[in-house]
Amino acid sequence: MSTVTQVREIVLMNLKSIPQRLGASLVIVIGIAGVVGVLVAMLSMSTGLNKTLTATGDPNRAMVLRGGANGELASFLALAAATQIKQDPAIARGADGLPLASGELIVITEVPRKGERSGANVSLRGVEPAGFTLRPELKLLAGRRFTPGLRELMVGKGAYTQFDGLQVGSKLKFRGSYWNVVGVFETGDAHDSELWADLETVQSAFGRSGASSVVVRLAYRDAFAGLKRRLESDPQLNVEVKTEQDFFSAQSSGLTRQIGFLTNIVAVIMAFGALFGALNTMYSAVSARTAEIGTLRALGFGNAPVVASVMAEAMALSLLGGLLGAVTAYLLFNDYSVSTLSGSFTQVAFNFSVTPGLVLQGLTWALGIGFLGGLAPAVRAARLPVTAALRGG
Amino acid sequence: MLGKYLPLVWGSLLRKKTRTAFTLLSLAAAFLLIGLLQAVNSVLAGGADFLGANRLITQAKISFTTPLPMRLMPQIEAIPGVEHVGHSQFFGGVYQDPKNFFPQFAVNPQRLRDTYPEWTMPEDQWRSFISTQDGAIVGKILADKYGWKVGDIVPLNSFIWTQKDGSRVWQWRVVGIFSGRDREWSDRANLMYLNYGQFDEARVPQARGLAGVFVVRVKNPMDSGRIAAAIDGKFENSADETKTQSEQEFQLGFLKQLGDIGFIVNAISGAVFFTILILTGYTMSQAVRERIPELAVLKCLGFTDRTVLALVLAESFLLCFLGALAGLLLASAVTGALPPEYPIRTDGRVWLFALASTAALATVVGLPPAWHAMRIRIVDALAGR
Repeated sequence: MSTVTQVREIVLMNLKSIPQRLGASLVIVIGIAGVVGVLVAMLSMSTGLNKTLTATGDPNRAMVLRGGANGELASFLALAAATQIKQDPAIARGADGLPLASGELIVITEVPRKGERSGANVSLRGVEPAGFTLRPELKLLAGRRFTPGLRELMVGKGAYTQFDGLQVGSKLKFRGSYWNVVGVFETGDAHDSELWADLETVQSAFGRSGASSVVVRLAYRDAFAGLKRRLESDPQLNVEVKTEQDFFSAQSSGLTRQIGFLTNIVAVIMAFGALFGALNTMYSAVSARTAEIGTLRALGFGNAPVVASVMAEAMALSLLGGLLGAVTAYLLFNDYSVSTLSGSFTQVAFNFSVTPGLVLQGLTWALGIGFLGGLAPAVRAARLPVTAALRGG
Repeated sequence: MLGKYLPLVWGSLLRKKTRTAFTLLSLAAAFLLIGLLQAVNSVLAGGADFLGANRLITQAKISFTTPLPMRLMPQIEAIPGVEHVGHSQFFGGVYQDPKNFFPQFAVNPQRLRDTYPEWTMPEDQWRSFISTQDGAIVGKILADKYGWKVGDIVPLNSFIWTQKDGSRVWQWRVVGIFSGRDREWSDRANLMYLNYGQFDEARVPQARGLAGVFVVRVKNPMDSGRIAAAIDGKFENSADETKTQSEQEFQLGFLKQLGDIGFIVNAISGAVFFTILILTGYTMSQAVRERIPELAVLKCLGFTDRTVLALVLAESFLLCFLGALAGLLLASAVTGALPPEYPIRTDGRVWLFALASTAALATVVGLPPAWHAMRIRIVDALAGR
């Protein structure tokens, strides 16, 4: 028999005999399923967060903030500056001839998380009517838009699911008066974690003038460079102009990097634990098959097929474990919604997202652990002296 | 009694050294992870126990990021049972590089001293902090980190506060270096206090007179609840409604902002525990299966069924405890090596949790094979049936 045929036969024979060692095999499968499950679940968290934060961002929209501000919360534009910004020729005009630009003011409110008493920071965004026209992706899920001038709120879908008392018809009490929740909206991005109200109402309730940022729709995509150059070089203004995409991906990068870092630490420690479990299993699998291996060797099977058979067993079991872990993570966590503190010090609600890429990443880890766990036992099996092996080790 | 059997139990662990070593290593890895995760959980669950119950924080009800006006202070001071009131405004300054982040608060120096007697500093430095408009005091840990001495000028670039001239770079003169009165407070001396004098005078006029949050020190901690309610009652239905809670709750609120971390931590711990249960359980059952004839010999020699059960259980306990101990010692070493700004420690709570889970693990893992070992019949076992 050629080596290739030998390998094929012995691998098949070995894989078929796995059910006889079910208990031992289960150790590898469960151990690796644990690692992959945790890895995929944690990565799906940072993927979901990233998806939510970077989905905000139409290339046709730009944001103007105060120079050097690290986020909307720290940014402030006086009324005069906001008005001047809106007149830039790069900004598209609506059917009424007015610029599609919305001065927006961000303030933080505390809303209790569901089932808790202590408040979590939620952004309250004051928007101008143009804020709706320039965001055509906004959908009303329930109720209606707020009426300018009244203390009425619209809540994002993420905020609605994560926090308490935000149903249409309920009232929130802050700044000495009641605010009615009149609608629930969805934009599919970071705005879903926010509460929206009329800009001027927010300004008067919070004793603020001006805006945190001005969001504009570009007249055409390439108009951005001109807008940036004009506004940033204007000595009357001290502003920074960013595309919406750049702004929001910068907001998310720190958080996703931290989650990624923690995920890797947890996964590496768990992988170590699972690796030793795999080594144990494979050593005992080899020792259970000592006589069999001795017989094969006596029949003229070479070292390579023996190594291959042990490795194949380890890898097949790991792959199975990896799949089990990934599927479990998918079933338990895909679309699971949570909220946490984002870079701008307010809550961002998002869903876990188990993508094919993450599953692939989990399977790579599984195969890696299986490879390392199978290698030493495989070499030992190949090195067994035939005579000793035939006597059963 | 125990000493007599220990060599026997130990011997059975050493029977297959590689297997025991691998099992111990995977147990250690699992408990390292559980130790670290539970240390995080411990912070979320209780955390800042040492913060005095005699201090309350009054923040704007809407959010602590909205500053309260200074005019509320005399009204708070007038409430019976209030001993001292201080105010504190988060400054949000960056020193040289955004990575060098440490908290700074603009405070009234004398009021800081009254409300936080836990900070210790030489008398002359307190006096110069009170009398220097652009003065700042830094915690010992920070001073050591950046090599600051009394007399140094520290420029901070605030991402929140702008000066009248539009500049966001503020110069502060270091006039004192403070430490804590005990170890816990000394470990927290990694912040900076700025004199409210220069802060309020130099900022843009529309922001003047804003105090931030109020720190209320009460005479008797038993009165905290009543005083908190009295403060909030006073400003109810005004534009500046307040929320007053103990300093501990206030700090916890910050951590709670992180959201569902507790859930994630527990989910991972659960997955780790289940995985290790299967791994160790298999090892134990295999170890016993191989030794059935030996156990039968023990029974021939007069060991009772119960002793055999105890022997196998003891083996499982020893294995699990050794692995868990190694893992937790590692976890302690890791958390001990963290810089003081991360308050994650493997404290008593974590050790207790680990002890309980180790005992549970050892029982679940050891009981089935021990039961099996107890039930074997000598004749069958010796005959290899």
